[in-house]
Amino acid sequence: MSRIDVCVAACADLFLGAGEILASPMGLIPQLGAKLARLTSEPDLLMSDGEAYLLGEYGIEGWLPYRKVFDVVAHGRRHVVMGANQLDRFGNQNISCIGDHDKPTRQLLGFRGAPGNTVNHRTSYWVPKHSKRVFVPKVDVISGVGHDRGFHNVHRIVTDLCVLDFATPDHSMRLVSTHPGVTVEEVLDNTGFPLHTDDAGTTREPTPQELELIDKLDPDHARN
Amino acid sequence: MTVRDKRMSAAEVAAELSDGMTVGIGGWGSRRKPMALVRAILDSPARDLTIVSYGGPDVGLLCAAGKVRRLVFGFVSLDSIAYDPWFQRVRQQGGIEVSEYDEGMLYSGLLAASHRLPFLPIRAGLGSDVMRVNPDLLTVRSPYDDEELVAMPALTLDVALVHLNRADRHGNGQYLGPDPYFDDLFCLAAKRRFLSCERIVDTAELDGPPQSLLTNRMMVDGVVETPNGAHFTSCVPDYGRDEKFQRHYAKSAADEELWPSFVDQFLSRGETGYQLAVQGMS
Repeated sequence: MSRIDVCVAACADLFLGAGEILASPMGLIPQLGAKLARLTSEPDLLMSDGEAYLLGEYGIEGWLPYRKVFDVVAHGRRHVVMGANQLDRFGNQNISCIGDHDKPTRQLLGFRGAPGNTVNHRTSYWVPKHSKRVFVPKVDVISGVGHDRGFHNVHRIVTDLCVLDFATPDHSMRLVSTHPGVTVEEVLDNTGFPLHTDDAGTTREPTPQELELIDKLDPDHARN
Repeated sequence: MTVRDKRMSAAEVAAELSDGMTVGIGGWGSRRKPMALVRAILDSPARDLTIVSYGGPDVGLLCAAGKVRRLVFGFVSLDSIAYDPWFQRVRQQGGIEVSEYDEGMLYSGLLAASHRLPFLPIRAGLGSDVMRVNPDLLTVRSPYDDEELVAMPALTLDVALVHLNRADRHGNGQYLGPDPYFDDLFCLAAKRRFLSCERIVDTAELDGPPQSLLTNRMMVDGVVETPNGAHFTSCVPDYGRDEKFQRHYAKSAADEELWPSFVDQFLSRGETGYQLAVQGMS
């Protein structure tokens, strides 16, 4: 078992209790997590192929071109796992640009769907490299909306080191668990703001059955 | 009397543009972009354009040629390559003005323009820096329950450019891939609408499911046959994205010393020269 398999299982656990909603995982690890959840705890999840189809157990089960994705976003039966170039302690996220918006030092993707996602439905984040570059005291441009700005459905953040959530009185970020072999200090050293760490546990390891499924889902080990 | 024949050339479409116009470009990212029409604009004198786009290399090429005064966008991406280097460069130089929105807000703005409404309400944008970086953007209160919503203004276009798989000479257009994107809305939101397509066929030959007929002729003012005209973006099922070429574009666009030879090789001898150079590369 490798660290990345722990991350996949942690991404699968993002969808616990989700039921019959659209899972929209961005990036390989969240995608493997959502597929693993569908094969284990959440068989009713819907998933798109990243183009225009819903792919079920037996192939295409629905049509979901981009304009219908916006319908689902507004309807709210969706849990997106987005990436983040920057995140602050209330879960505000930046994927737009670094620096001054009028003349950025680095142009990124743009707001994309982050503002709409975060005010309409549950949102989680996947951060492949937990660092102070990502976890900053203040994001340069608020794309995804955090807990201090009137919206309260930023669920969890899974990183290569740990799992984080916002289950604190003021909805600031809390360390839920460190992955096996990672210390709390290591997480704090790579985070640009204070974290609640009192109840931090250890992220669960995937079961043998889950490991087998992950290998089937990613036989070429693209995840490593 | 017969139904109007709207066939024209890409150069004739480009000649319809005048300085300062607002031009909407269909497709999505690096998918089914009217690239032959974009290339024709590169060769035209039009400048200071406001471009509205679910942005891909259309935006990059227009930025490279200095055609863009303002970009109205939600993202610019080459899909398999995250960022367009030319768009990044002009942004980082402060070279263009932008109206950056959530991508769903772009949909609302096009729909509002299509319906001749001044705005449509949407939740997207609330609480985010969409409101800060667009100081003209206002909210409204629902007259029914007082909920605050963003009033996304209509994105009314002077010109729309879209690319489909098939069309007849009258402007009845057909997409054969899985996603219509927002091409019909771009047409409805615009005063002048130009459709390029892989192949112009007789109306009777527009076979396939009738719901694949995305534009009807009252939504289109001109039809241009541009085989491989979405290259290097995808135009499935006619062809997928030319990933190798896109990598070459991105590499050239990221390096100011390489870019002149890209222009020389591909963008200096018209569409015929472009397509020949692309063939020569593969």
